[in-house]
Amino acid sequence: MTLLISGPNGSGKSTLVKMISGVLTPTEGEVKATSDGNDAGPMLHAIIGLVSPHLQMYEEFSARENLQFALSVRGLNALHSGIQPLLEELQLKGRIDDPVRTFSSGMKQRVKYAFALNHQPPILILDEPMANLDSNGIELVKHIMVEQRTAGILIVATNDITDVDGYDQRVDLGKRP
Amino acid sequence: MGTTNGWILARGRKIADERLWQASFAIFRKDWKSELRTRYAISALVMFVISTISIILFSLGSEGASLSALSGMLWVAIFFAAMSGLSRTFVAEEERGTSMTLQLIATPTAVLFGKLLFNLVLVICLNVFVVLLYSAFISEFVVKTYSIFIVTVALGSIGFATAATIIAAIIARANTKGTLYPVLAFPILLPLLLTVINGTRLATEGAFFEEALGEFNLLVSYIVAVVTASYILFDYIWRD
Amino acid sequence: MGWKVVLGVWMTAVIVLALSLPISANPQRWYELPKIPALEDKGRIVFFHVPTAWLSAAAFVISMGYGIRFLRKKNIDDDIKSASAAGLGLMFCVLATVTGAIWAKFNWGTYWNWDPRQTSIFVLLLIYGAYFALRSAIEVEEKRATLSAVYSIIGAVTMPFFMFIIPRIMSGLHPGSADDVNSGPVVSSGGMNFTMRVVFYASLIAFSGLFYWMWDLHIRTTRIESKQIH
Repeated sequence: MTLLISGPNGSGKSTLVKMISGVLTPTEGEVKATSDGNDAGPMLHAIIGLVSPHLQMYEEFSARENLQFALSVRGLNALHSGIQPLLEELQLKGRIDDPVRTFSSGMKQRVKYAFALNHQPPILILDEPMANLDSNGIELVKHIMVEQRTAGILIVATNDITDVDGYDQRVDLGKRP
Repeated sequence: MGTTNGWILARGRKIADERLWQASFAIFRKDWKSELRTRYAISALVMFVISTISIILFSLGSEGASLSALSGMLWVAIFFAAMSGLSRTFVAEEERGTSMTLQLIATPTAVLFGKLLFNLVLVICLNVFVVLLYSAFISEFVVKTYSIFIVTVALGSIGFATAATIIAAIIARANTKGTLYPVLAFPILLPLLLTVINGTRLATEGAFFEEALGEFNLLVSYIVAVVTASYILFDYIWRD
Repeated sequence: MGWKVVLGVWMTAVIVLALSLPISANPQRWYELPKIPALEDKGRIVFFHVPTAWLSAAAFVISMGYGIRFLRKKNIDDDIKSASAAGLGLMFCVLATVTGAIWAKFNWGTYWNWDPRQTSIFVLLLIYGAYFALRSAIEVEEKRATLSAVYSIIGAVTMPFFMFIIPRIMSGLHPGSADDVNSGPVVSSGGMNFTMRVVFYASLIAFSGLFYWMWDLHIRTTRIESKQIH
């Protein structure tokens, strides 16, 4: 299931994404997450994976360490073995143990994807999914999006709707006055 | 989706473990690893302590000072050293832009306790260092009742860590530069400071352990009160 | 409108009585005030110093109460009330500290001796100061309200340790502390006669009325100002 949030720059897409992710509290209205009738609000931090220009990695740590930290906080130590394959899949082979500070912007973007996918989240939210990526990276992301659409919920916020190959629902922030 | 034994499940898979201590400890380890790598706080603290004790030594000169004054000065040194280092755990996250990362992957309570633990370890290391230097170089400072002194320093350290952490969270989220930290922290820490100075003085005077029980009760109550308040209020500070 | 006139007259009466009623060792006539040992003629200051001190603490409690309300309901009007109360509390706190220092000078010889109650009012002053320093550092309205409310709660949590416990444990010169054998807490002990009590409580009411008036005024001005900004 795919939700597309579209709108020109400055229309509030990132703000909406932050509210859905549970990072920002709305001044009015509320964000409700339910699963089989149960309130999933308190568990948002566990079920969401987010890629956003506003989300920073810990630059003094390596890619591997960033992912290890995310897994440890979530108590998913069993998944540590999946870190290396995931990072290699995202074409970061050989740089896995280098500090993120030394990465190019394209590589940083790919680390963010690994960080988000690490724990196999039911909900994947992408804000400006193709930012800083070359054609290889774009291919990777499209592949990720296809997989996520079947495995769970995909939310994409972008000002270029060609980023997404089809969607089920759309919220267009460009129409607001 | 549901929870069982602290695990969050989705489609039969374990997604996250809700045990608080696990997440807190992971955050503590992350902070500690980062600190060992960059050594910002530790080096600043060491230099600060050395400078402060040198100044005290120079100003005492050959005259020395009363035991009460020496007890007070010890905790003045500790206070200012703490002010220079204990805000780092929250301010660094803001400076590097990783606050949002933490907000995303951890519950606020885990963040609070993880950082509290970090500051606790930091302040205990700091205090041991200060006390050792102080006792070594200031010969008039002699502790007669060790039991009182050790308990005072231990409880005082914990109290320092708890108050300093919650105030650090406030100033970090206020995006103020560090200058506001001592201003906000001092009134909150003052009851603690007066009590530990009193306890230290009793230790240097050779009082019996029982005489300091009033101070210890105060310290424990202070710690409980501040931790409870922090636990309840942190959510409001941390969330946007 | 009418009640402000009443307040004005009441306050004037209080001030006049406080300053003019004669003091004698054995009050015979109904309008005479008793001599309080160790205070004598300067005892008149109790009509002014104590109310300002009580109000500075009460204002803090009011400020914190509205701060808590804001945290729950996120209504910025509660923050306006909270900050206004704190502003007045700061003012009364300065007054209490100054009148206390004057009293200290006449009674004990120095303006300041780090006696526990004197230190308490000073700490309250520090908390108020820190509160406003924090507020001035934050520009975003909601964040400013949230963080200052939280800070005032933390201040309130740690204050009792200071005000109630330490004066009992440590020795001090202030009437009512452990070392003071001459007079217990002046108000509750037999130090005051009926007339004095009347004037004292009248003063308390007058100052409270003054507080309420200024608070209400400040709230309304702030509301208008913030409407102009938005």
